[in-house]
Amino acid sequence: MQLIPCPWCGPREEAEYHYGGQAHIAYPDDPQGLTDQEWAQYVFFRDNPKGPFAERWMHSAGCRRWFNAVRDTATHRLLTVYRSGEPRPEVPTP
Amino acid sequence: MTLADVEHPDFLWRNPDPASGYDVVVVGGGGHGLATAYYLARNHGIRRVAVLEKGWLAGGNMARNTTIIRSNYLWDESAAIYEHALKLWEGLEQDLGYPLLFSQRGVLNLAHTLQDVRESRRRVYANRLNGVDAEWLEPEQVAEVCPIVDISPDVRHPVLGATYQPRAGIAKHDYVAWGFARRADEYGIDLIQDCEVTGLDIRAGRVVGVNTTRGRIAAGKVALAAAGHTSVLAAMAGLRLPLQSHPLQALVSDLLEPVHPTVVMSNAVHVYVSQAHKGELVMGAGIDSQNGYGQRGSFHIIERQMAAALELFPVFARAHLLRSWAGIVDTTPDASPIVGLTPVAGLYLNCGWGTGGFKATPGVGWCFAHTVANDEPHPYNAPFTLDRFTTGALVDEHGAAAVAH
Amino acid sequence: MTAPFRLPGRGLVDQGTDLEFSFDGRRYTGHPGDTLASALLANGVHRVATGIAYRRPRGIMSAGVEEPSALVQIEEPFPEPMLQATTVELYAGLVARGPAGRGRLATAADPARYDAVHAHCDLLVVGAGPAGLLAALAGARDGQRVVLVDDQPRPGGSLLGTAERVDGLPGPEWAAGVVAELAALPDVRVLSRTTAFGHYDDDFVLALERRTDHLGFDAPAGTSRQRVWRLRARRTVVATGAHERPLVFPDNDRPGIMLAGAARTYLHRYGVLTGRQAVVFTTDDSAYAAATDLVDAGVTVAAVVDARTTVPEAWAEQCARRGIEIRAGEVVTGTSGSERITRAHTAPYAGGRLHGPRRGVDCDLLLVSGGWNPVAHLYSHARGALHYDPARGAFLPTGDLPNLRVAGAANGRATLADCLADGAQAADAPASTRASIPVSAPVPATEPVPDQTPGLVLWSVPDPAETDGGEPRPRFVDLQRDATVADVLRATGAGLRSVEHVKRYTTIGTAHDQGRTSGVIASGIVADALGADIATLGTTTFRPPYTPVAFAALAGRDRGALFDPVRVTPLHAWHTAHGAEFENVGQWKRPRCYPRPGESMDRAVLRECRAAREGVALMDGSTLGKVSVQGPDAGELLDRLYTNLISTLKPGAARYGVMCGVDGMVLDDGTVIRVAEEEFLLTTTTGNAAKILDWMEEWLQTEWPHLRVTLTSVTDHWVTVPLVGPDSRAVLAAVAPDLDVANAAFPFMTWRDATVAGIPARICRISFSGELAYEVNVRGWEGPRLWEALIAAGEPYGITPYGTETMHVLRAEKGYPIIGQDTDGTVTPQDLGLGWAVSRKKPDFIGKRSFTRAENLRPDRKQLVGLLPEDPSLRLPEGAQLIATAAVPAPPVPMLGHVTSSYRSAALGRTFALALVKAGRERIGDTLYAPLEEGVHPVRITDPVLYDKEGTRRDG
Repeated sequence: MQLIPCPWCGPREEAEYHYGGQAHIAYPDDPQGLTDQEWAQYVFFRDNPKGPFAERWMHSAGCRRWFNAVRDTATHRLLTVYRSGEPRPEVPTP
Repeated sequence: MTLADVEHPDFLWRNPDPASGYDVVVVGGGGHGLATAYYLARNHGIRRVAVLEKGWLAGGNMARNTTIIRSNYLWDESAAIYEHALKLWEGLEQDLGYPLLFSQRGVLNLAHTLQDVRESRRRVYANRLNGVDAEWLEPEQVAEVCPIVDISPDVRHPVLGATYQPRAGIAKHDYVAWGFARRADEYGIDLIQDCEVTGLDIRAGRVVGVNTTRGRIAAGKVALAAAGHTSVLAAMAGLRLPLQSHPLQALVSDLLEPVHPTVVMSNAVHVYVSQAHKGELVMGAGIDSQNGYGQRGSFHIIERQMAAALELFPVFARAHLLRSWAGIVDTTPDASPIVGLTPVAGLYLNCGWGTGGFKATPGVGWCFAHTVANDEPHPYNAPFTLDRFTTGALVDEHGAAAVAH
Repeated sequence: MTAPFRLPGRGLVDQGTDLEFSFDGRRYTGHPGDTLASALLANGVHRVATGIAYRRPRGIMSAGVEEPSALVQIEEPFPEPMLQATTVELYAGLVARGPAGRGRLATAADPARYDAVHAHCDLLVVGAGPAGLLAALAGARDGQRVVLVDDQPRPGGSLLGTAERVDGLPGPEWAAGVVAELAALPDVRVLSRTTAFGHYDDDFVLALERRTDHLGFDAPAGTSRQRVWRLRARRTVVATGAHERPLVFPDNDRPGIMLAGAARTYLHRYGVLTGRQAVVFTTDDSAYAAATDLVDAGVTVAAVVDARTTVPEAWAEQCARRGIEIRAGEVVTGTSGSERITRAHTAPYAGGRLHGPRRGVDCDLLLVSGGWNPVAHLYSHARGALHYDPARGAFLPTGDLPNLRVAGAANGRATLADCLADGAQAADAPASTRASIPVSAPVPATEPVPDQTPGLVLWSVPDPAETDGGEPRPRFVDLQRDATVADVLRATGAGLRSVEHVKRYTTIGTAHDQGRTSGVIASGIVADALGADIATLGTTTFRPPYTPVAFAALAGRDRGALFDPVRVTPLHAWHTAHGAEFENVGQWKRPRCYPRPGESMDRAVLRECRAAREGVALMDGSTLGKVSVQGPDAGELLDRLYTNLISTLKPGAARYGVMCGVDGMVLDDGTVIRVAEEEFLLTTTTGNAAKILDWMEEWLQTEWPHLRVTLTSVTDHWVTVPLVGPDSRAVLAAVAPDLDVANAAFPFMTWRDATVAGIPARICRISFSGELAYEVNVRGWEGPRLWEALIAAGEPYGITPYGTETMHVLRAEKGYPIIGQDTDGTVTPQDLGLGWAVSRKKPDFIGKRSFTRAENLRPDRKQLVGLLPEDPSLRLPEGAQLIATAAVPAPPVPMLGHVTSSYRSAALGRTFALALVKAGRERIGDTLYAPLEEGVHPVRITDPVLYDKEGTRRDG
């Protein structure tokens, strides 16, 4: 049970959240203009690093807001959280 | 005799240092990697093979899974490869000359809602037409197969029936891996432990070797069989895959007198449980939703799992959790694996088995070896290409896994 | 009555109170404060179990959670398998037995209750021994919120089992004084009988409190038996002590062979002598205290066998004073006895080999001490790295973790004074965050102890048979698994180099012990066999839980109805009172049908269907998900999410809509009404309500935050009652006199606000049945009044309540799919024949791009069609597969599709079905075959709309 600091509510237990996968994957400006390969990249392909990963969370049992986090997938440690729309902050590599 | 209940062979494998090069380097010394190496030699006469394992052989998901074997998958493509595997399982103890504690005690997949019933019966009809043994059982028949399941209609998620595959069952995971490893070693294949791949040597679009913590090793072909770590390896070749790695937990109880004669899986309440030969209950928990390579899951998943188990099996109340652990499962968008060629010549991919890799071990070893040896997929893994995510020809098996992923 | 091995007046048990209990069918007496083990030993019972593989008698090895041998089955008050006799607190009426390696589960349901509690603190201290008590005291005096957990019923840890004094007081008394001070502080919580069993991410510690186990039959029914504490601590001090390591030698498993420290604990804590004539076999100093304490209590110690050639001088003096023979440089090479040890054999030992003749010594107790293993489990769970200390032959914690520190014996401290000193400063923050004033407690005084003589690391004593050529004797490494040194050597001989492989090959460390006693020894034996360095070889990983935890304790209260919340509508009481049969749909209970007394479900459904088609019927549709979408950009958001245009909807109108995933597969469907210029209300399928709200929120918040829209779930705000059938207009008119219900005034796919039976209502003219229908919505609490009013007004027309089954039949007759039943995540709107609901005007919407992928353009995609079995009485099973030929070829048989819905139709006077069939629309009129259990049945493919294809009935 991780303790995740919601940028609006503060630290809350993992069970209050919903995971949303990789962050900063924008919906394409013109999906109809993409090749099948490019569209497949958007729909199905996500990074899966072992280490710091910018990912999305929703505080579904709290403020119900989406936000982003950088979490180390090797240690599960939350390195930083930030609000949707904000750029990924620099995180010192652990 | 120890409690292992089997007489292990006196000798399992050499512990060689890596040679300067091999025809095929298999990356990942788990069940899939070892089986692939074995079938490369056995079926294709390719013996200049090394299996590189960064830790100890079969120490990843192979050592951490709940050992359920079945082939009752919905879609034709899945049923074909898993049934191929099950047929191999049925002759595997003899083929490997190793007691695998393979026990065809049957698997029950419970249905708890009317929609479960529809989907279950659909799968049964499909299985039969695909040559997979399958039956639909009414609740009373479920109780005949497994008397400790609570079939009372008054529980929160009553059992409305189950699919039953009599030929399904369990095996002892470690012994399966060791059986393949021993035979591979006998063929002269080098099983190299404590050897982590740190880079793939790719020249002009073709892989020619691997860099490892034990030096560079030249390779005619490289076959990736690294489960949860596949994305990390593929990234060394510049490949981005539709994979996400998650923690998946499992646990065992203390040793109990025989109480559970079969394997029970329940999608709706997230339980899968069997009783191993020694007497411990072996149970799978849910998958953590977030990505993770830590081989540790969240405890609330275990607590939820226990609540679910007691819904179905009230008699388990005072069994004790003795040990819990986690593996790293690599999941795909359609819950089906990716087995086949890559854009890099000589580099082959076997990954994305999610929670279902153990049961496929001999089948995928067979097919992946064929793929590597012939540079083209075996018919059984031909549908499981990377390309399907572009064309949309998915094999959507979300209903088949006992955990929601 | 005093048991034969109980010392009157000694120990911390209440010898004035007798507790009767039964073990293996015999009755015994013990006292409050006893464990089952101590009570058995007081009665001279050493043999308590049977080895699982070799069926050898097994005794009590330890006095605590490290017990690898004395696993017992509790039979009464309630069966519980495989508990350690050393951890079962004794109570009156306990019935237990010693099984042969496997436990038995109760067949009856466990009557006990279990629960869980969350707690937060600044400082969590695990272990109320000398180090833990001082750490807790330091933190508490500093004003921190402290939680102190300890697995014993009373504080003191090791002090309970030694005669050591602290601050001039007997150890247990000093410990009780510290706890009294702690308990008096406002922000300190002391939890006894509580075992911290796992450390998880973000400093989350799980602990199990055994609240009523020790009360036996007197446990109050209303109190939870066990409680899981979910502790979140800023910092944790692990002061969990050390476990004495047994020694491995031939026949080292006989009852009467026991850890030296355990014998001392039985003496001091329980007032129990574990034998009359003892031999002590040791490799370090600590066992000498056991030898001298036992002699002082009246036991004869026939010999101290010390594997070291240099014995500690001070202890040698103590032994000499008591007439104890010391056999220095010797080891125990074997034992005799069956139910109990009768004799030990010793021989000189040096350089890893036996030298010289063997000598026997009679005994009924053999105490062993092979050094100490720090209990570093929680540190390991927290990913602390252990390092090997060659002097101790043990793996020790390597420094502090950011928020976790190990103290005392768990940190490798050997003496009481060192443990106290370590604990006193353990509450202080680690160096990087150290406050200006260190948090510490004064270190209390202890008695002087002799200087330590270095211990000898001895993983296993050679079997004399190796040199004598006699019969080899088993040397057990794991007593519960019956795994021996020979097994380990066989494993290394087979080529195994990893301790994890050896563990799996031999099963060592896989039982209750979980490597606590056997792990390091097995590593040592492997290292010796391979000539490898144990430091690099390591030991097997400690994994949670530290001690076994009952499944039921982890399940807690989340059982039965609380396993998954049950949701019911405000009309539930009516449904129940009127004989509804319920179906679980998501978390909801929905009436499936309302069978009359003696009526089968099939007949009930036919009756309900007939009422809806020929008269009037009503159902509870309140479970439909409802989302209120408000804001200037509400229409724009809906245009992006639905496949069809929504923004052009006029206030007062309703539209059917389909949502797809980005993959183009149908996600959900429902109706959308425009309430006002900037307000829409949409419905979702019952099971998808939460998912669809989440889906919409995700797009709104993460992709289009600039859209000015708010989303609110209003599912529970409304009671929704579809009023269906040719007579529905008349019934509605009767209860809504102010509403013009004429078709022209209130046409199909519009909605009106009106007063119905005196209740403000919103009425939508939509139909999921193909009949004239009105969906009446009122505020939830007014639902029952509305329902009763409609029933009353409809009485002249024979108004009939109907359930989900009838709803399914009615919609299937019209070819309307149910998302999730007729679809499976691989179906597009086009596949369902819903191409008309896919906008060609909108430049984009979610899913559009995927429609043009190669797979979605295939002409042989599965499409929704109707099926008419050739036998009009045959109701095809849902899920049945369809094939091309009447004869079933050999597998694999090509499958062309499957039945998704199948019913008897009152309106059609026959059975029918819906199916997804490859290129189905092209096959209309063709015959396919459904191979069922009892034969192959021909079915004709039809248009999915089988009833009122022209749609004339919906206008009444």
